[in-house]
Amino acid sequence: MRSGSSVGTTKKLWKTMLQYKYFYLMVLPVLIWYALFAYAPMYGVTLAFKTFDYSGGILGSPWIGFDHFQKIWSDADFHTAFKNTIIISLMKLLINFPVPILLAILLNEFSRKTAKRFFQTILTFPHFISWVVLAGIITIILSRDGVVNQVIMAFGFESIAPLTDKDSFRPLLYITHMWREVGWDSIIYLAALAGINPELYEAAEMDGANRFKRLQHIAWPGIKSTVAILLILHVGQLLTQGASFEQIFNLYSSPVYAVADVIDTYIYRTSFQIGGDFGYMTAAGLIKSVISVVLLITANTIVKRMGEEGLY
Amino acid sequence: MKQTLMKKRSKMSAFDIAVYIVLGLLSLITFFPFYNVIIISFAKFEVISKFNLYLLPLSFDLTAYKVLMSDAKFWSSMFNSVLITVFGVLFSMTISVAGAYALSKKGMPGRNGMLTLILFTMFFNGGLIPFYLVVKALGLVNSMLVMIIPAGLSTFYLIIMKNYFGTLPESLEESAKLDGANDLYILLKIILPISAPFIATFGLFYAVERWNEWWYALIFISDSAKTPLQIYLRETLITSNGLLNTLAQQAADSDSSKVYTPALQMATIVVSSVPIIMVYPFLQKHFAKGILVGSIKG
Repeated sequence: MRSGSSVGTTKKLWKTMLQYKYFYLMVLPVLIWYALFAYAPMYGVTLAFKTFDYSGGILGSPWIGFDHFQKIWSDADFHTAFKNTIIISLMKLLINFPVPILLAILLNEFSRKTAKRFFQTILTFPHFISWVVLAGIITIILSRDGVVNQVIMAFGFESIAPLTDKDSFRPLLYITHMWREVGWDSIIYLAALAGINPELYEAAEMDGANRFKRLQHIAWPGIKSTVAILLILHVGQLLTQGASFEQIFNLYSSPVYAVADVIDTYIYRTSFQIGGDFGYMTAAGLIKSVISVVLLITANTIVKRMGEEGLY
Repeated sequence: MKQTLMKKRSKMSAFDIAVYIVLGLLSLITFFPFYNVIIISFAKFEVISKFNLYLLPLSFDLTAYKVLMSDAKFWSSMFNSVLITVFGVLFSMTISVAGAYALSKKGMPGRNGMLTLILFTMFFNGGLIPFYLVVKALGLVNSMLVMIIPAGLSTFYLIIMKNYFGTLPESLEESAKLDGANDLYILLKIILPISAPFIATFGLFYAVERWNEWWYALIFISDSAKTPLQIYLRETLITSNGLLNTLAQQAADSDSSKVYTPALQMATIVVSSVPIIMVYPFLQKHFAKGILVGSIKG
């Protein structure tokens, strides 16, 4: 009897799956893509515990245990890259996470759609230009005879070279990141603000609530859950997006390596330009990935404790 | 009553002016570098070399553009980028639309497992070296396919599309099913036509990504005949060892047409950005509506 019913459910499942056969066919290419380009490399992290051998590849290289991690522990270049990754990502979170929220709130204050649209059009544009081009523009306008120095010298000051200056390179990263992303990042909050029932605003105005009160009691509660989810997403991708390879690699140069080299640029340079051991470099990458997951879980837990819905 | 209303309005406009000033300054700072790029690309060498501060478009000259157009490498890179963009968008859209549509079917056994596996990749990956070795093992090093296939799927877009397909009413499909149409046919003949604007938007997002592609080329392409426009730009703008700079030098030496090197670099930026500027209004029209909102919760 028991086995009969289990055969029955298996049969039923089989029948349902058969009904969905075309959908399995449709999703198959996507699944193959993830298997090849996400999960095969994920298995490849085993290289972190192997010594890389060209003929053996990921599967055939011999195991060596934790040797790479012991070596990393005393690798001064990795220490620098690790420290820079943490500092740059955290500063970007601190600066570049709240500003788009503020921008969205400001934009939302416009009753006239055209003004909102105008500012949005300009502020979102840089997001669609590659870091290669943006870095090129930044390099040229900050060069010795670039427009920034022309203005500075017209006022009788000394010319500046922030791209090769250790003190100003990181702030330049924060500012240029904001230049590219602030408009784009604010879109999601604007959408959340647009979803708030306008009657709430009207009622509040009738009650004589001022701007700040309306912000506190209507706008903020309306976007709080969006902010919470995005905070988790940002923290989870902090080390990758924050210490962005694309931005830093196109802007930095040897005079600022000490403050600008991050784990991703360090791995790229050491692997492809210097010829470091692939197993060792995989270990360096794994450390970053593991920290990212820990950060994600921590952020999710904190947000949930605060009474918001988490990511999972 | 009338007086309080008036009072309120004047108070509001004071605040409005402050907001206008703040956003106006922000927009000016955001836009100024692009403005600078454009005016310098058209600046005449003789004019710009006299100025200490060149803020207004005081001369118009196409020499920089002419020198750029004479560079064969520019054209071959441009051609590669067009190729990558066209085939990249076709590949990306085919697999993402099919995959997202299938994943929007709540009754499909195994769906939740698939979604979890897909979302997990947003937060954990094997890192650069294992990825490089896998791509190498697949024979994609120095192949233009590397900028089309491994680069070609965005988890973020896939999830947004899945959420969108999930909002379509099932009644659309039911009547076709009664007529005996299969699910593939329904996707192509019913779902795609009604989703055309939505799908076009994502096609454009993918197109911009492919056009801006340089990371895959940096890591995987060493054959200079296969490099895209962004690598050409990188060589011209950042590493300064591009052929273009040599051409500028030649032009200057022959003295027939002096060209200001930054003007040449700026001209390269302008030409390479034209496609983005052309699609930008369409992109903006759709993202402003907040199509990305559904993306947050997977």
